[in-house]
Amino acid sequence: MSARVYELIYIMVPDATEQAVADMQAQVEGIVQRMGGSIQSTDVWGRRKLAYDIGKHKDGFYVLQVIAGAGDLMKELDRRLKVTEGIIRHLVVRVDERQLVAERARTKRQTESARRRVARGLPPERQPGEGPQGDNDDDADVSYDGVDGEV
Amino acid sequence: MAFGGKKPGGPGARGKGAAGADKQGGQRRGLFRRRKVCKFCADRIDDINYKDVKLLSGFVPERGKVLPRRISGTCAKHQRGLRVAILRARQLALLPYAAD
Repeated sequence: MSARVYELIYIMVPDATEQAVADMQAQVEGIVQRMGGSIQSTDVWGRRKLAYDIGKHKDGFYVLQVIAGAGDLMKELDRRLKVTEGIIRHLVVRVDERQLVAERARTKRQTESARRRVARGLPPERQPGEGPQGDNDDDADVSYDGVDGEV
Repeated sequence: MAFGGKKPGGPGARGKGAAGADKQGGQRRGLFRRRKVCKFCADRIDDINYKDVKLLSGFVPERGKVLPRRISGTCAKHQRGLRVAILRARQLALLPYAAD
């Protein structure tokens, strides 16, 4: 049951040194390992402008880590990050279920389209150079117009 | 402006406005309504990710609110996912809560 996958994002103060960032990652990794989880990937986004000020900060240093582990682990991480200085914001999101749903939707769509194509007497896969071209782009533009219009 | 009722038989107030425009000379907006398509259905985006700021910001107008479905044409299912994604992105200061 502990095969849950979470995304952990934290924002450090913009003037964090490389050392501080590395320390923070080591700290997270320490907790993860101690609680029997594993880090699947780490992505350092780096410095980014915040959409709004947090405290006195206008920028933040973003780090994204994908962690597999139990809920208790994330609870502990969440608690620790809350009290860690140098972190101005963090977020834990469970992603495995969401990915599963997306995966299912994709396969369903593929089998559906293959079935329909076969029913029409076509090969199950779409051939190169077949179907609407350029039409789709136009559609996207239409919805975008609506967006701009509202503003 | 041009966002009002793209659906035939939109809100009454809109209809009135359009009729007035007709009288003033030829802004027959009603005839040029294009079908709205849910962007996420059309582009087959199954998982609306809160990290995709570029995508989400298209649904957050200047003021910072979530763009309503009646304007963007997003289907109910994807609007729900979109909302959650925007809420998360806001928490991470990727999108504004309010801006003016």
